[in-house]
Amino acid sequence: MQDPLVIGNTSLSSRLFIGTGKYSRNTLIPEVVARSGSQVITVALRRVDPGADEENIVSHIPDHMTLLPNTSGARTAEEAVRIARLARAGGLGNWVKIEVINDQKYLLPDNLETIKATEILAAEGFVVLPYMSPDLSAALRLRDAGAAAVMPLGSPIGSNRGLRTKELLRILIEEVKLPIIVDAGIGRPSEAAEAMEMGAAAVLLNTAIATARDPLGMAEAFREAVSAGRKAYLAGLGPVEEAAVASSPLTGFLGN
Amino acid sequence: MSFYESLTRLEQLPFESIWKEATAADVQRALAKDWLTEMDLLVLLSPAAGPYLEAMAQKAQRLTRAHFGHAMQLFTPMYLADFCVNHCTYCSFSSIYDFPRSKLTLEEVRREAAAIAATGLRHILILTGESRRDNPVAYVKACVEVLREYFSSVSIEINPLSAPEYKELLEAGVDGLTLYQEVYHQATYRELHVKGPKRNYRNRLDAPERGCQAGFRSVNIGALLGMYDWRQEAFLTAMDARYLQDKYPDCEISLSPPRFRPYLGDFSPESDVTDRALVQIILAYRLFLPRSGITLSTREPAALRDHLLHLGITKMSAGVSTEVGGHTSGGGTPQFEISDSRTVSEITEMLYAQGLQPVFKDWDMLGLERV
Repeated sequence: MQDPLVIGNTSLSSRLFIGTGKYSRNTLIPEVVARSGSQVITVALRRVDPGADEENIVSHIPDHMTLLPNTSGARTAEEAVRIARLARAGGLGNWVKIEVINDQKYLLPDNLETIKATEILAAEGFVVLPYMSPDLSAALRLRDAGAAAVMPLGSPIGSNRGLRTKELLRILIEEVKLPIIVDAGIGRPSEAAEAMEMGAAAVLLNTAIATARDPLGMAEAFREAVSAGRKAYLAGLGPVEEAAVASSPLTGFLGN
Repeated sequence: MSFYESLTRLEQLPFESIWKEATAADVQRALAKDWLTEMDLLVLLSPAAGPYLEAMAQKAQRLTRAHFGHAMQLFTPMYLADFCVNHCTYCSFSSIYDFPRSKLTLEEVRREAAAIAATGLRHILILTGESRRDNPVAYVKACVEVLREYFSSVSIEINPLSAPEYKELLEAGVDGLTLYQEVYHQATYRELHVKGPKRNYRNRLDAPERGCQAGFRSVNIGALLGMYDWRQEAFLTAMDARYLQDKYPDCEISLSPPRFRPYLGDFSPESDVTDRALVQIILAYRLFLPRSGITLSTREPAALRDHLLHLGITKMSAGVSTEVGGHTSGGGTPQFEISDSRTVSEITEMLYAQGLQPVFKDWDMLGLERV
């Protein structure tokens, strides 16, 4: 069954987006890509060093991947815009994940600055994927500002705490007519599956794979979980009842 | 309001009885919490936490890997000048020592920069002795102009400046500030800083905050461990860090736990900080401030550094020289003796062998300015 995720002009068959940070060595990245089946990979521009050979993170990313440079380190919209422009000028393509964080304690995104950066970059032709706190008004403004998708957090970055924002994610999925990509906080494949069952268009995760005892095995586990979650969503989950509903009713003999 | 007001209150705490009365149950409670209070920090630094170092280490490592992954940021210091007007009893650069002082010319700065950049490092920390006359802000600024051609991040460790001066350096391309209070205990501070502007405790204590106000992206603080009771010094350092983190959430606050090292003179501190104490300090820092950077210098011996890397450390120096021009010419007077003299490539190999990834570049403020 064809079930592509279309973002910008790109059609993706995988709904698992991955990251490049926190690995014990960059040489793991190509195999993580292969085992995860992912087609989109985010990379912090602040880590990119074109002058370095082995240590240049981008040189470890397979050519077929869509690069999603992120603006990690930006504290304001202005900084995020500068980083995005630098990434495009540096040949990293025109996708960008807006990440504006001015809270170093919890690393929560600043939605207001994110909206401002999205407006500017979308107008400049970037495919903008903003990372955000799951707030409906902000998500609608991001949509109106030209975001190609919105990426609400499941729980704080790196926490592996799962879908703590589930109710808010559900509202975004129902109300924002854009792909919702759950980003940050997913620690287990079952949580990725749950996000997909809810109707998320994709999930983005890094820590859960990069800090697993066996990152390659975990990459594969997430591939299967995302796929299973998506299939369940498309198949339509059965209704949830408050009380037990017997398959063979006891009063069926009464007829109508 | 500055940290000084909090310090005035904190100094009144009955440290002796707190250390004495802390129990194993207090330590277990602190270990079970996600967000630690001031009292939890005291408990983790107390003798009662001694038997719990392994449990603290396991949690510290989990937190570090979750927040920082397997990455270890590398940098190296570059000494620009050793002129100093202070007399500090523990430092080779003290004005009382008679040795040929030097200051790098801009051409020499360029040579040093090229030599360091050739090792792959992109983060540099520049240092001077404390002398506004010999190493004025204008000189540091001129050096930064050269260094920004070679490095993506330039931090400073120089005498305390005013907020406008910090702003001037920020605009010149400096993005990080390191400034050690050396000693938080005020009476000891006055004893150890015999002469010179460094005797002004308050000016030094408030300088990291001025750096935050000026807009530096990262500010690194620390106490020189060994000068006074290490538990109290570590406690006040961590409280200072949390004060800054709470008040300036957009600035990355880091801590360093440097231990006293041999230098030109013969002063030896009263408080001996054992390896076990150092480990307890690092672990308490990590549990109290889960997202803060913790820097480990080459003051510690190689074998110990290799073990400490797994306890919460996120940044380390490599390929270090503590003398002016030490990366090219050498022959100067080191500020203190280092213990780990491994090269950048040796440190890189060691990190990979330990399952950690050396990160040479983790910021690019200079690149931002080009757009």
